[in-house]
Amino acid sequence: MENTNRSLFSGDEAIARGAWEAGCKVASAYPGTPSTQILENLVNYEGVYCEWSTNEKVALEVALGAALAGVRSICTMKHVGLNVAADPLFSSAYIGVRGGLVIVTADDPGLHSSQNEQDNRYYGMAAKLPVLTPADSQEAKDFTKLGFELSEKYDVPVILRITTRIAHSKTIVELGERIEVEDKGYTKDITKANLLPQFARGRHVLLEQRMKQLEEYANTTPVNKIIEGKKNFGVIADGVAYEYAREIFPKASFLKLGMVWPFAKDLVRKFAQGKKHLYVIEEVDPFLETLIKSLGIKVTGKDKLPLVEELNLRIVRNALTEKPTTFSTAADLPPRPPALCPGCPHAGLFYLLQKKDVIITGDIGCYTLGSYPPHNAIDTCVCMGGSITLAHGIEKAFKMFKPETAGNPDDKSKKPKRVVSIIGDSTFFHMGMPGLVNAVYNKGNQITIIVDNRTTGMTGHQDHPGTGKTLMGEQTKMLKTEDVAKACGVDKVYMLDPYKIKENRALFRQILSESGPAVIVSKQACALLVPRKAVKKVNVEKCIGCKVCLSLGCPAMSFQNEKSHINPAFCVGCGMCAELCAKQAIE
Amino acid sequence: MKPKITNIVCCGVGGQGVLLFTDILAQVAMSAGLDVKKSEVHGMAQRGGSVISQLRFGEKIYSPLIEETTADFIVGFEKLETLRYLHFLSQKGKVLLDSLEIAPMPVLTGALTYPSDIMERIQAQTNNVYVVDAFKLALELGEARAQNVIMLGALSRFLRFPYENYEQAIKENIKPKFVDLNLKAFKLGKKLIKK
Ligand SMILES: Cc1ncc(C[n+]2csc(CCOP(=O)(O)OP(=O)(O)O)c2C)c(N)n1
Repeated sequence: MENTNRSLFSGDEAIARGAWEAGCKVASAYPGTPSTQILENLVNYEGVYCEWSTNEKVALEVALGAALAGVRSICTMKHVGLNVAADPLFSSAYIGVRGGLVIVTADDPGLHSSQNEQDNRYYGMAAKLPVLTPADSQEAKDFTKLGFELSEKYDVPVILRITTRIAHSKTIVELGERIEVEDKGYTKDITKANLLPQFARGRHVLLEQRMKQLEEYANTTPVNKIIEGKKNFGVIADGVAYEYAREIFPKASFLKLGMVWPFAKDLVRKFAQGKKHLYVIEEVDPFLETLIKSLGIKVTGKDKLPLVEELNLRIVRNALTEKPTTFSTAADLPPRPPALCPGCPHAGLFYLLQKKDVIITGDIGCYTLGSYPPHNAIDTCVCMGGSITLAHGIEKAFKMFKPETAGNPDDKSKKPKRVVSIIGDSTFFHMGMPGLVNAVYNKGNQITIIVDNRTTGMTGHQDHPGTGKTLMGEQTKMLKTEDVAKACGVDKVYMLDPYKIKENRALFRQILSESGPAVIVSKQACALLVPRKAVKKVNVEKCIGCKVCLSLGCPAMSFQNEKSHINPAFCVGCGMCAELCAKQAIE
Repeated sequence: MKPKITNIVCCGVGGQGVLLFTDILAQVAMSAGLDVKKSEVHGMAQRGGSVISQLRFGEKIYSPLIEETTADFIVGFEKLETLRYLHFLSQKGKVLLDSLEIAPMPVLTGALTYPSDIMERIQAQTNNVYVVDAFKLALELGEARAQNVIMLGALSRFLRFPYENYEQAIKENIKPKFVDLNLKAFKLGKKLIKK
């Protein structure tokens, strides 16, 4: 029964395939779980220019430019990335396209690897863009292709909204061939692409008309489909929530929405007619539910289903049926949180900070794991770029305190604490630079540490402006973080190798005693990218069991029989533990 | 009658090859003409964290996730992780586990201790427990990363797919350089289960 035209694809792989089949020629993205693998896959197909842009706003503008030049283009990002890209997003709705433009937002209900659970279906409503919500990989591919068609037909960018469960689940996909789409070419039209108020007014009128037409389309499109079942019991669902609902209620009638915005009012009214019980099953926010209720239709939804976390079979069953699934979990087990890898250069830096009485604003990346014990090094994590700027605000507030408070009410010395910000190299290029310029301009005193591990680590090692390589695998100019920091106006820029803990202590003490703003570039490549060195070993004769080396938080190290122990299977030979050992017991 | 769906939960620690295990098996099920869904989360969990991958196959699959108490198999690459996800097991389900212990960070730092009664707790819940030393065997083979394929060989004894499907799926999912070693690992794993 083998069929060579079928493949098991994740949602991300399917979107890449769909873009390629649709004749897409330009793709831009900033990495972000769970969207990263879309471009990582798309770059393997022929005939598509792919790039890691420096951030999501940049990426969307690149894709919009390509669309205005008349080729099909796609832009992908995680949900919070769309916040960064919100400015061009709203404008792009007015401007429209020439070649189709699909914007993929990968939401993360359940916060598997994100800082919030925002529901980006609302962006369609707010920015006035159609939103497609696939429920499996086949639909992810089909809806990507549909997105390009709708985009061109209605002259608007189209949002494809997936979630982690779509992005990272593999389901069977039928493969098709690439179609060649004609390049429309660029033509100057300032009434369309130039949003001076005088032109934007006209574009807004047109946008409202397009949304009306798209609402008609939503009422009739096959992606919004009714599946007949019991006459008086209906379920309305979108995305992966549909799959859970369908399994729990195999006999119900279903309205499966593949296009949630514009809202298919007439279709919903038609479906609701004569249904005694109507459930709306959707993840996170009551997006559909609120719209359906606004039609005066009574439904059961978020009064029973949670507003937090992703859904699953058990949550849907227990909320909406009389036969709950019950079980007990082994709740007392030691947790296994993610940790910095053996040899991670961030660990060396955190060791340096551990005993310092400073406020440390963090950013987003692997180094955010330095918030956990034993590092305990990071106070805050807000959003990408939020380290330098938060530090600046804290500092300025301290200056405004009355002398009695002097910065820190708990601190008997009444001396304002020094504020240090930590930011990764990819994050620095993404959104750190404006914050650093701001700190210089507004006479900040902070110490900014750029933890430059030569890659975008957290999302799986993507290149960025500091690596000298593009997503297409070409060599390019390598921007050095230290040079950029200087160009931002920072006069005191220091370099250190985080593995050399002893040297760094003295240097760090000196920097703390000076005035800022100062930048420390802590440069050492991610341990997963360099060949392993000879494994270290503890000499139990010499080890006195002081545990100093354990405060590195290295997963290769443990304490056994009152001595430090190094697991040879995990050790990468970075030597930080040996650096720290006062008894030279690590060889 | 409900159409038969097979639910398999595979769990372990980031880096153990849990995802590759379900990738290969998913391929095997697909080439047998079945509908297949598998689900897992990449990202934070990879950094030495706890990893769970869920695989379902049958005539038609809707949910990519398995409901608690309905897994036909729990395949655990590590003891503590096996117990952590044991609530997925169905009443008649089987547990296949490697007795390997990997201490999580809170245990390494000495804040918590690694539980000593894991096997007892698993056995208190089910009689269908099969313990294999896949990791040890993988080390003997000279490739720690072959643990997952040894486990796959062991699990294959309970499933009804032909050997050729496994061979094909291993070839498609593993670098050519390591295929022979992994086919050997698979056969080794098969021998671990006596039915
Ligand atoms: C706006 C936004 N885009 C993308 C992400 C996803 N993301 C989290 S961390 C990270 C990369 C961090 O790389 P880097 O700063 O170099 O630190 P590293 O992980 O290498 O230590 C990315 C892309 C995000 N959280 N927010």
